[in-house]
Amino acid sequence: MTGTIETIKLCKNFGGLVVADAIDFRMEQGARHALIGPNGAGKTTFVNLVTGVVPPTSGGIVLGGEDITTLSQSQRVKRGLVRTFQINALFRRLSVLENVTLAIAEREGIAGNFIRPAGRHRAVIEEAYQLLEQLGLAEEALKSVTDLAYGRQRMTEIAVALGLKPKILLLDEPAAGVPTGDVHTIIEVIERLPSDIAVLLIEHDMDLVFRVARHITVLVRGRVLIEGPPDRIARDPKVREVYLGDRGRL
Amino acid sequence: MNDIASAAVNVAFHGLTLAMVLYLISVGLSVTMGLMGFVNLAHGAFAMAGGYVMTTLMNRWGLDFPLALFLAVAVVTAGSLVLERLLYRRLYGGDELDQVLLTMGLIFMSVGAATYIWGPLAQPMQPPELLRGQFNLLGHTLPAYRSFLIVCGAIIVTVLWLALERTRFGAQLRAAVDNLRMAETIGINTSRLFATAFAFGSGLAALGGGLGADLLAITPGYALDNLVYFLIVVAVGGLGSIRGPFLAALVVGIADTALKYYVPQFGAFFIYALTMAILLRYPHGIFGRT
Amino acid sequence: MMISPDHPSADPKPMLDSFARRHRLDPREALPWLVAIAAYFAFPDYLALQAQILATIVFALSVDLLLGYAGIVTLGHAAFFGVGAYTAGLLAANGWGEPLSGLLAGALAAGVVGFVAGAIILRTSGLTLLMQTLVVAAMLYELANKAGRITGGADGLQGMQVWPVFGTFRFDMFGKTAFLYCLAVLLICWLVVRTVVHSAFGRSLTGIRENVLRMHAIGAPVDRRKVLVYTLSAALAGVAGALIAQTTQFVGLGTLSLERSGTILIMLIIGGVGQLYGSFIGVPLYMIAQDRFASVDPVYWYFWIGLFMVVLVLFARGGVLGVVRRLRQPDGPQK
Repeated sequence: MTGTIETIKLCKNFGGLVVADAIDFRMEQGARHALIGPNGAGKTTFVNLVTGVVPPTSGGIVLGGEDITTLSQSQRVKRGLVRTFQINALFRRLSVLENVTLAIAEREGIAGNFIRPAGRHRAVIEEAYQLLEQLGLAEEALKSVTDLAYGRQRMTEIAVALGLKPKILLLDEPAAGVPTGDVHTIIEVIERLPSDIAVLLIEHDMDLVFRVARHITVLVRGRVLIEGPPDRIARDPKVREVYLGDRGRL
Repeated sequence: MNDIASAAVNVAFHGLTLAMVLYLISVGLSVTMGLMGFVNLAHGAFAMAGGYVMTTLMNRWGLDFPLALFLAVAVVTAGSLVLERLLYRRLYGGDELDQVLLTMGLIFMSVGAATYIWGPLAQPMQPPELLRGQFNLLGHTLPAYRSFLIVCGAIIVTVLWLALERTRFGAQLRAAVDNLRMAETIGINTSRLFATAFAFGSGLAALGGGLGADLLAITPGYALDNLVYFLIVVAVGGLGSIRGPFLAALVVGIADTALKYYVPQFGAFFIYALTMAILLRYPHGIFGRT
Repeated sequence: MMISPDHPSADPKPMLDSFARRHRLDPREALPWLVAIAAYFAFPDYLALQAQILATIVFALSVDLLLGYAGIVTLGHAAFFGVGAYTAGLLAANGWGEPLSGLLAGALAAGVVGFVAGAIILRTSGLTLLMQTLVVAAMLYELANKAGRITGGADGLQGMQVWPVFGTFRFDMFGKTAFLYCLAVLLICWLVVRTVVHSAFGRSLTGIRENVLRMHAIGAPVDRRKVLVYTLSAALAGVAGALIAQTTQFVGLGTLSLERSGTILIMLIIGGVGQLYGSFIGVPLYMIAQDRFASVDPVYWYFWIGLFMVVLVLFARGGVLGVVRRLRQPDGPQK
């Protein structure tokens, strides 16, 4: 119950353009869910709606039984709803370690303290470093994010999200732009995510989707086309039609 | 009753004059900021330069008003093209702070240069014989030069808006302001577009500075003293918009004149308060896009 | 290649230790104070100018906190400087010349104005925010200008009588008291800024500067933090204004001017933003240069400083500290 997220007839119009059309969505605690669809289907918009970046035109969002439709982004994060960005949104000139400590400091509620030197919060720093170790980023802990290879930046993106100890994790195209040689490291990290958190994966890379997801929702032009377990989705003729010409195997 | 009406007409009239001048100067800034995303705080310096060149040609070299004005606009337009190529171009798409600092440096340079060349006093401007004095219209006595300003302004604005709608350049400009990347994809030479738009805007500013030389006094501190008003017109009107600043200029021009006439003890305070309120409601200006 | 939990080649403890100890006092941080004390003895004829430099460093620190750390660009910080100046000035001109309480009053008034302004305008960003900062300052300027009977208007506030500090140290015309007074206040303000900057709050400010979108996404109460830092920055600017008022016994409209807002930005940029000590470098460089220039060629100062700004932006954007850092550490992350 606590880790369940639900959207009820979630709609979003931009002017006359409907980018989310009465989306009903549900994800239980511990789920491994994927959201796929052609470009422009509204997948990132959906994430923006759920995380509170963009207010919905109508419809509701419920997290753990609580209506969070009007809550701000930060308030949703405090309730365990965390996302990563399709295009890296890191603290560019800060080090990898600093990026993660900022997230942990917010989670722990110490980030408002303006007297005690940040370095004295040693537990935060240690935790951040351990997280970097788990994700293979420890060697580059003090490197400025802009100096990292793109794949490593993507990993840092995930590290920051994990630092928040999410209950629900929305990964927006985590493998996007990552050189093919490094994608498997991202996949491994996703596979090793704690089993009690719910993960929604938005991806174009079907390898990743079929390895990770136990449930898939297909979004086309803002509407849910179909949803179900991976093998049913793979066989569905409507889905094949939608993806005809698109990359990715089905 | 007649007196009140008369005063109101006068206020509206002078407000309209100020609005025209403000618009001519600010429209170029709106385009620069909306099209190139460049915070050009030094834009007022082009207006000032126009004013200085025109008055110098008239006062020291005895040139006629139309010729002096024309030459002033030409000189400033040419100068602005050089500046765009040498300086501004480097910071397109750059950090906002860099642009603020660069253009602030340019303002300071303009203040220093103007003081050096012309001294600290305001440049006197004598309208040509034809436009001096007053004339009667519908029972009101109106100053000739200011009337000329309004008519002139109206004509220029109309030509400008027609050019925007009817010419290829106008179409390209509108496309680029709307979506720069899309404009590039369909083959618009954005580099040349920027330069042309910049030159145009600076030329108009010079025109406004020259024409409005007795409304906004040509002093070395011009660019700095009038900066806030120019920015208000652009910010309230909406960056990249050509019509928005016209409405904003009308509001600012008339409100400023009215307030200074009816409640001089508050001066421009209410203009600023009004600006703040409008920007809170419409952060991108009344005609701006998000 | 499987990724396994990292076994880095070296023990991470020293690295983590150094990361955790960034706030520790470095011996080099004593330099500005040593220089100040040396200058006190070396240039006794210039104590008045030195006192003004010290007060202006406080102003620059307040802007650095906002600009260098929180990434908020403001062209209207003179508003708070002026509020502090006029508050201290009005007190001293109307019977209460006690300097320390005047200073506190200036800080408080500027802080309140900063809080109100910040709460209103900080919800916007970018160009709109820049405009709003300009407009706030313009409003206050106009108020001070028009309330001539109280503020003296364009002529400035006359008749300030500042009492001796602690009842004993008179503000004499040699500037000794002024210098030491400003130095002490600067020390306190520097301590405050330094503490805030090195705290978790201060680190979160750099997060706001680097990527405000991400700050929201990690659950930070961004708007609240922005208003807090804005208020603190305003209060500090107010302290600087009060100092200038008290040590020159005069307050003019220039304290609220766009020119004042612009020049403090310039001074900070010359030294370098976001590195705490840019203020200590940029302010003296600017003010001493201006002072020298004023005796030679006052009119053209603006031209040369403008040109210098243009060159600086194009070629040496990080200021003096940026150049120094590039020479010493070409690849390090920002502090």
